[in-house]
Amino acid sequence: MSYQPIRFYQTGTFTVGNRLLPDEQRSVQANMRRTNSLNSGHRACQGCGEALGARYAIDAAMEATQRQLVAANATGCLEVFSTPYPETSWQIPWIHSLFGNAAAVAAGIAAAMRVKGRHEVRVVAQGGDGGTADIGFGCLSGMFERNDDVLYICYDNEGYMNTGVQRSSTTPPAARTNTTMPLGHSPGNRFGQGKYLPAIAMAHEIPYVATATVAELHDLEAKVRRAMGIHGARYIHILVPCPLGWGHDPALTIKIARLAKETGLFPVLEAEGGKLTNVSKIKRKLPVEEYLRPQQRYAHLFKDPERRDVIDRIQQMADRNILRYRLLDDVERRA
Amino acid sequence: MLKQIEGSAAVAEAVALCRPEVICAYPISPQTHIVETLGRMVTAEKLTPCEFINVESEFSAMSVAIGASAAGARAYTATASQGLLFMAEAVYNAAGLGLPIVMTVANRAIGAPINIWNDHTDALSQRDCGWIQLFAEDNQEALDLHIQAFRLAEELSLPVMVCMDGFILTHAYERVDMPTQEQVDAYLPPYDPRQVLDPANPISIGAMVGPEAFMEVRYLAHAKQRQALELMPSWTADFKRIFGRESGGLTHTYRIEDADTVVVALGSVLGTIKDTVDEMREQGARIGVLGITCFRPWPTGAVRAALAAAKRVVVLEKSLAVGLGGIVSNNVAASYAGSPELVHTVIAGLGGRAITRRSLHKVFIEAIEGRLEPVTFLDLDHSMVERVLTRERELRHSGPIAENILRELGVVAAKVG
Amino acid sequence: MFQIRIHGRGGQGVVTAAELLSVAAFREGRHAQAFPSFGSERTGAPVVAFCRIDDRPIRLREPIMAPDALIIQDPTLLHQVDVFSGLVPEGYVVINTTRSFDELGLSEFLASFRRERLCTVAATELALKHIGRAVPNAALLAGLAAISGRISLDSVIAAIRDKFPAKVADANAAAATEAYNSVTQDMRRTANAEAD
Repeated sequence: MSYQPIRFYQTGTFTVGNRLLPDEQRSVQANMRRTNSLNSGHRACQGCGEALGARYAIDAAMEATQRQLVAANATGCLEVFSTPYPETSWQIPWIHSLFGNAAAVAAGIAAAMRVKGRHEVRVVAQGGDGGTADIGFGCLSGMFERNDDVLYICYDNEGYMNTGVQRSSTTPPAARTNTTMPLGHSPGNRFGQGKYLPAIAMAHEIPYVATATVAELHDLEAKVRRAMGIHGARYIHILVPCPLGWGHDPALTIKIARLAKETGLFPVLEAEGGKLTNVSKIKRKLPVEEYLRPQQRYAHLFKDPERRDVIDRIQQMADRNILRYRLLDDVERRA
Repeated sequence: MLKQIEGSAAVAEAVALCRPEVICAYPISPQTHIVETLGRMVTAEKLTPCEFINVESEFSAMSVAIGASAAGARAYTATASQGLLFMAEAVYNAAGLGLPIVMTVANRAIGAPINIWNDHTDALSQRDCGWIQLFAEDNQEALDLHIQAFRLAEELSLPVMVCMDGFILTHAYERVDMPTQEQVDAYLPPYDPRQVLDPANPISIGAMVGPEAFMEVRYLAHAKQRQALELMPSWTADFKRIFGRESGGLTHTYRIEDADTVVVALGSVLGTIKDTVDEMREQGARIGVLGITCFRPWPTGAVRAALAAAKRVVVLEKSLAVGLGGIVSNNVAASYAGSPELVHTVIAGLGGRAITRRSLHKVFIEAIEGRLEPVTFLDLDHSMVERVLTRERELRHSGPIAENILRELGVVAAKVG
Repeated sequence: MFQIRIHGRGGQGVVTAAELLSVAAFREGRHAQAFPSFGSERTGAPVVAFCRIDDRPIRLREPIMAPDALIIQDPTLLHQVDVFSGLVPEGYVVINTTRSFDELGLSEFLASFRRERLCTVAATELALKHIGRAVPNAALLAGLAAISGRISLDSVIAAIRDKFPAKVADANAAAATEAYNSVTQDMRRTANAEAD
């Protein structure tokens, strides 16, 4: 009998494809016995991408480690909305210390487990973009350099959201935040060279680096699983849209994340030992406008007069990513 | 066993006997020898099982200690001066979380101007963070206090800072009696955490506490430290029973029984003060000494009792409350039943300036003869200060103060003391 | 209490000298305290180290301002740093040099001290000969032992053996022994000359 391969495209969270998958290929989230490590009852905003990303990632990590997981969390949205005293929504051993030290605290936990011979217990550090790229940068780099046995997960919502939407070093150009207001000639956040954490992680040549979004559950879970199969310093950077900070409809969180990938603005990739090993191709390339329009933080680009120059520059960034990371099959086929 | 070794080496050996499981430290003068010695012991597997983490900053050092301690490991670090400030956020965090971390602070001045020599500014800058603070008078006490610190910390679930004068004690070779492993094991049981990160029993540590409960949480921190005052004497007695010597405790008194004048101080300067007091006693002065070993919690009762019969108190401190006067003297005055004017503050030894018997003798006589100002800076070069002030009055662009003073002072290398 | 102050330059083993002296005293069952005058590590800069020896525990922490003995490891310091500051009239002086006090321009100054308590040791030369490195401290300590009798050569050598690996310790001990004998000889010569 001959077989015809059939492609199923993911069109949203309500995928036909998932239900047709054999058990072992189903997502952790689809499993009734998932740990719900970040349990319901937390205080996140409606549509919070970070709550989604954390639940996806930590449940996958728990599955991969047979529930032998300890988490260190930086100060930020995730920490604040998950542990309003006297309650906690975490079902795993979890510690929040400070804003800038999640990577170091996690390194300490890993050292403790090592010295006590509890080699089955694995450690995850979690932080937002602020706690990772800015105030936590020193500790992060130290953890990378020592190759501490920690998986660091950065939930990137591109700003200091918990304190009321201020700019961080991962805030994209032209985005409006309360410290990068589009007043006068300013396009919002300035066009700089940015601080691209995945590349910085790769420059440390740690065993595993990956990027993911909350739009691709299987991909994210697979990356967490892969990471947990490796020892040493690992880094996963997850794009988590923030309805409040980005100014989009809370129902569109997952769609916005997909658009970030499909426009080329957020490359989805994997690297090991500093070398790119895998890139998730864009299925159907979209112009950056499709991504920018639904977000109030870019609304100033579409007012009268339209900032076509700025939009073009953003498009150039996306095109550069597509070329640099070979995000399109077309590029290769054309050559 | 009696040994003639450097203070840092003595402390490192004592810490190693306490079976620390995670050591994480960032180098800073004058603590480097302590950490290097421990590092060598771990590498040579003399100290095992133990993880030695080379961290990239002091902030990271305290953070790694926090993670390790929260996960149930006995954690130790060491720092001084600028390093202590750099980790200040984490220092408060450790106390607030109730983690029994032990840290050596090799007391050193804080800049600007940068200064690597001894004074108590660093430790005292953190006096209200919730850590227990102990000050060693000599290297024997320094090593003993570390052993006591681990026991204290783990019984109370509070971090403990053991302070020893940078260079003066850390880099001094003197005779110490090093305990045996058996003695330390008898005194210090394995760490049994009150709270621990363990997948078998998940808990969340470090929640946000709002107005509805924060007062109570802070009150408990205060109450716990006050409670330590009652418990510490029995632990000190325990120490004496096992190790055979009086060491640590809340305070030490010297020739205080009939003293009209009591000198109060912390740390190694107590040795020089005692020699001075002996000389003055021979000349008929009724003078005694109160050494504060436990600075936090402040031993109110012990201080009050020691100063009860004193006609005047001279607090000699290596610290300064800029704009106010003395830090230690402020704490002392609060425990002195007599009139506040009878408590004199003598600021001495800042930035490592030598404190000599001669100068002490002079200032103590001034106190006895009622000529001592409320706040005095020992051996201050008043004319140099005047010259700088005059220059500043006359010149807007007077330049950096420190450099001006150094220029006035001349070549430092030519001086001996 | 016997107080020794040692002057030299960074890299000449001044701090080690004070440390070895304290260990030697410890081995004789005495209390000893050794500490450097602290500064950032820097080769070539003037360095001072102190050692106190007593039969009772030493509580004092001030720098040694009135030394009972001085060891000067580097004669280039003589007219640069006030190395003799506070030296007591009955004090001992050991200077690392091949020159005489006269040639060093010190005769007049040293006339106010006791001649039989002053000596020179060609310590650098002895070090180069036995150890192969210009570290004069062991020889100078032995010189102090000889001139003062306040510490024994055996204790100094024992301290050296405690600190250094066998071959290095042997070399240092040899330099020390030759220095001790040389000073003892000089002392006898001086005593005989005075007797005559």
